Amino acid sequence: MRSYLLRRLWQSLLVLFGVSVVVFFILHLTGDPAALLLPPDATAEDIAKFRTAMGFDDPWVVQYARFLKGAVRGDFGESLRHGEPAMGLVLERLPATFELAGAGLLIALTLAIPAGIVSAVRRNTSVDYVSTVVALLGQAMPTFWLGIMLILVFSVRLNWLPSSGRGSLEHLILPAITLGLFTTARITRLTRSGMLEVLGQDYIRTARAKGVGESPVVWKHALKNASIPIVTIVGIELGTLLGGSVITETIFAWPGVGRLSVQAIFNRDYPVVQSAVFLLASTFVIVNLLVDVIYTYLDPRIRYR
Amino acid sequence: MAALPPSSVATPVVPLAAPRPSADREWVTLLRRLVRRRTALFGMLVVLGVMLAAVLAPVVSPFDPLEQDIGQRLREPGWQDAQGRLHPLGTDHLGRDILARIVFGSRIALVVGLAAVAISGVLGMLIGLVAGYFGGRVDDFLMRLADIQLAFPFILLAIAVIGVLGPSLQNIIIVIGVSSWVVYARVVRGEVLSIREREYVQAAIALGSQHWRVLRHHVLPNTLTPWLVVATLDMARVIVIESALSFLGLGVQPPTPTWGGMLADGRVYLSTAWWLATFPGLAILITVLGINLFGDGLRDTLDPRLKV
Repeated sequence: MRSYLLRRLWQSLLVLFGVSVVVFFILHLTGDPAALLLPPDATAEDIAKFRTAMGFDDPWVVQYARFLKGAVRGDFGESLRHGEPAMGLVLERLPATFELAGAGLLIALTLAIPAGIVSAVRRNTSVDYVSTVVALLGQAMPTFWLGIMLILVFSVRLNWLPSSGRGSLEHLILPAITLGLFTTARITRLTRSGMLEVLGQDYIRTARAKGVGESPVVWKHALKNASIPIVTIVGIELGTLLGGSVITETIFAWPGVGRLSVQAIFNRDYPVVQSAVFLLASTFVIVNLLVDVIYTYLDPRIRYR
Repeated sequence: MAALPPSSVATPVVPLAAPRPSADREWVTLLRRLVRRRTALFGMLVVLGVMLAAVLAPVVSPFDPLEQDIGQRLREPGWQDAQGRLHPLGTDHLGRDILARIVFGSRIALVVGLAAVAISGVLGMLIGLVAGYFGGRVDDFLMRLADIQLAFPFILLAIAVIGVLGPSLQNIIIVIGVSSWVVYARVVRGEVLSIREREYVQAAIALGSQHWRVLRHHVLPNTLTPWLVVATLDMARVIVIESALSFLGLGVQPPTPTWGGMLADGRVYLSTAWWLATFPGLAILITVLGINLFGDGLRDTLDPRLKV
């Protein structure tokens, strides 16, 4: 158990190290970060001066070591536009992104798991067909189009809900649905297929044979065993949600990390972009580490690997 | 009992030993089985339709997608202009025909989809083959690389890189292609792990075949089936990403029509002209749904055990 977790922790650290390498190289893709960071009208002389001042003439290893030294302390340099520490700006926006991603995940789980279970238990009934069709559509629908259509119907036409900003619960509804639908669809299909597989197992037949009621069979015996792939996908879907927040936040003017990143890219404010990419990737790594810890509870066999 | 499955891992010797002429018949069998699934048939027809629209765009499209007519701007679907020409889906803010732009937009979607899938598919295939076949340290290293790749919110990494490199068709294809290899690598690796232990592979090694020969002649052909399923389903994902990039203004630049770009334009006119944003989104939805259904059908026909 402990060695398994230690190994996972070590792997996560390696992944974070790799993430930092990629984030470092984003700025060096064009070969000249100085020209990238300065405004387009900067003179060649300015660029040369800036390059020396920032140490871009040093060997890459030296530059990366300097970058990593800053990164572990959360220092990614100052925002070129706001003149504040870039990481501070991103951290400020993080709660809004977590709020949105959390709400999206909550919608997904509360809709998808019951829908998937009912779909599996009442296989090939009209309930199953409806939920399957909705899931298929949900998986095919581009987030940005769904968001725009929701705004069209609920903000423009019916005038029920606000189309932008953050504050009240009403502001959260449309963006959360937009962000959560794809995940809802994925988890519904996964729950359905997982439950179908488990319900066909011998231990379910045994439970039924010894007289366990239908509802404990489904909700206790089957669901716990079907929940392992669901927990995995929740960890992975968090990446989808954090990434999807880039689009959703842009559509609904939600003041989170995603919208900040898009603005920063257009403003060529790369320290902010690097901080945001690094922070969201680290969040994903940490959550997936936690998922693995939850695993060992759900499936004790893993502990002995 | 119908013929054996074309090349499932359970019967690995069949496709290799079979003489070439039977390959045709395998395809016919596969096609017949696919067509029997109604959803897969629907998906296949949609995919064919979109491909035809893209190839024949200048023929089937009633208008030039770039032809502006400010006098005819923001006309409703079904509008007929002075010359009696019908705009079935209306016109946009510059008086361009929306149907024509959707038809031409399918070209960008398909070109990016096919090219990016080709890049990531080949890359993932190579990485999966090497990781699965050689195992050990090599495998560990490549799988950690996969974890690193997966840790990034894809769209954020893509827009950051394209923001630095500048938006162009080539950059979009490269960025999506290079960063989408993980799913192929994992599936191929999984297959290789079991193929590696088969007698015919062991026999080839015992006879003194070199690694690259074993990989090319004995291992690779048996990973193609799952690879094809993954590639089909991934194509849908790539099309959504391309349109998301275009929507954010980081895709192929105007005036070239892209579905995502049209949506972004339409967003501004949401309160006065709903059709601008609605139809390009429907085009994406139908295309992606079609590819997904086709891919699901392909998976269920070729390799039902595959979890993708």
